[in-house]
Formats: sequence, C-alpha cells, structure tokens
Amino acid sequence: MHSFGYRANALLTFAVTILAFICAIASFSDNFSNQTPSAQIQILNINWFQKQPHGNDEVSLTLNITADLQSLFTWNTKQVFAFVAAEYKTSKNSLNQVSLWDAIIPEKEQANFWIQISNKYRFIDQGHNLRGKEFNLTLHWHVMPKTGKMFADKIVMSGYRLPNAYR
Amino acid sequence: MGWIGETMDSIKSIKIRQLLTQAVTLGMIVTSALIIWKGLMCVTGTESPVVVVLSGSMEPGFQRGDILFLTMTKEPIRTGEIVVFKIDGRDIPIVHRAIEVHERKTTGAVDVLTKGDNNEVDDIGLYADGQMWLHRHHIMGRAVAFLPYVGWVTIIMTEKPIIKYILIGALGLLVITSKD
Repeated sequence: MHSFGYRANALLTFAVTILAFICAIASFSDNFSNQTPSAQIQILNINWFQKQPHGNDEVSLTLNITADLQSLFTWNTKQVFAFVAAEYKTSKNSLNQVSLWDAIIPEKEQANFWIQISNKYRFIDQGHNLRGKEFNLTLHWHVMPKTGKMFADKIVMSGYRLPNAYR
Repeated sequence: MGWIGETMDSIKSIKIRQLLTQAVTLGMIVTSALIIWKGLMCVTGTESPVVVVLSGSMEPGFQRGDILFLTMTKEPIRTGEIVVFKIDGRDIPIVHRAIEVHERKTTGAVDVLTKGDNNEVDDIGLYADGQMWLHRHHIMGRAVAFLPYVGWVTIIMTEKPIIKYILIGALGLLVITSKD
C-alpha cells in the first residue's frame, strides 16, 4: 500500500492531472480576450491579366495590406497565421477561395503591420471567368495556441473588381 | 494428510481467484481504452480523432511530437483550415493548411489545394501523379485543438520498438504482481 511504486504512481498521476487541468484553463482563458482586429486592403496595380494557354485566367496584383492583429495575442498564443484570400463566385463554382498572401506572426509587436506586395500565390481561376469579375478580399487569421483550442476568424472586404479586358 | 490437503486447496483457490481478478482488471483497462477511442471516433466523426505531427512542415505552429485533435463535421472545407489528408496509395496522413478551395455549385464537391506553412511550395508535388486537387474523400479531418510534446511517446515507441516491449512488459508485470 505504501510502497515506493505506489507513491511514485500517485505522484505521477497527480502531476499529470494538474498539468492537464492547467492546460485546459489556459485554453479556456482565451475565450475572455477582447478581440478588435482591423484591416484595410487596397489593390495598387493589376500587374498583368491573361488567359493561360490551356484556358484558365490568371491575374497578378499588387496589394497594399494594413492590419492590426495585436488584440488577438494572449498569454496562450504561440503565433497568429494571417492570410489574404480572394473570394468570388462563378457560374460553375458556388465559391472560389484563392490565397494570395500569407504570413506567420510570431509576436504581438509584429502584429501591427503595413505591407506592399504582389501576390505570393498564383491567382488562377478554374476557367476563364475573371474578366470584369467582382470579388471580395478577405483577411483571415488563425490563432495557434501554446496549448488547447485553435481560433480562426476573418474580415471580409468587398467591392473589388477586375478589369474587363486582359492586359 | 487431511490438514495438508486442506491447506493446499485453500492456497490453490486463492491463486485462482487472484489470477481471475488480475485478468478482469487487465481486461477492464484494455476495454476502457478501446471504449474511449471508439467513443471519440463517434463524437468527432473521424476515423482518427488524434494524430501525432511527424514532420516539421507546419513549424513553428506544429512541431514534431505535438498531437492534434481532429473533427470531421459536415461543414464545408474553407481556406485557412488545417486539414489532415491521405493520398491514395500512401499510408501516412499529412497535416497541412488549405490555401485554395473551389466548391462546385451543382454537386457541392470541392477542389482543395494545401500547403505546409513552413514549406516553400504548395503540395501538388506531394499528391499522386497527375493529381491537381484534394477532394472530400482524401480529407480525414480538420485540426481543432493542439497539445505539445505528448506525441513523442508514440514517436519513440514506433522508432525504438524495444522500448515499447519493455514498457508493455513492465506494465503487465505490475498489473499481475500488484496486490489489491
């Protein structure tokens, strides 16, 4: 009953239980943070816009992204993954989401940023529906915790439009 | 003679009862582990509710040895979600982020493109020959929660099976020899 093995087992079980409990509380505490992220995105330039030889439209944009994601950071945050996606509908697809740019933000100090960049990932349609297409630009964020539940949300910015002709 | 025989009988009966108790205890441990696993499968809707991260392709978010909890609901897959997928003909599931989604209007079928956060290029090179997109049936689940380091136990056990056997042997011995 009071052997070494029994005591070691009891101690280990207790330690693991406490650790699990602390992890659960740390993750739960994320729910109480006050999140007020903000973002603006402008399209500075359409670098080029063409139809690929096999028929899909591709466009290259220069974006101006301003965002403040500092409020997403809590003591349980390891990093925030932020990305900008173009979202639009076509006659074939009820939803197209194409990532244009992303970044890993490891620290709160880097979460208030301004960047001017052409799209990191290719913006290619499934088909040739992009001429004159209205689309949304969405800033998504994915909060990756030190432990526990992950959070994700987005800001949708609408009213962007691609030109009517290839260039 | 009669006295010795009686003693022997009582010893024998105790041994058998003890042995039965140990067997039942062992059975309870194994079955409750199985019940928890199968129960998680029911609740989360995925065939593997917990996966261990094996590669560094999602660093620094996920490191080798971290474990992820998955769910597979009917909700449509969207960009930014971290999905676990299995390529036809390959056994090891991959944990990467969806960066492109095209959802068909008529059928609701999806074309998904993934990429590891720490990788330079998207995953088309990882897919089967000629495969351009992931579809619903490739995707086993999406990651909802995360626990660091715990997965090292299974990584060590798969890479050094001797440790697994020692551990199982020691645990078995403990269960069999423990009194009450």
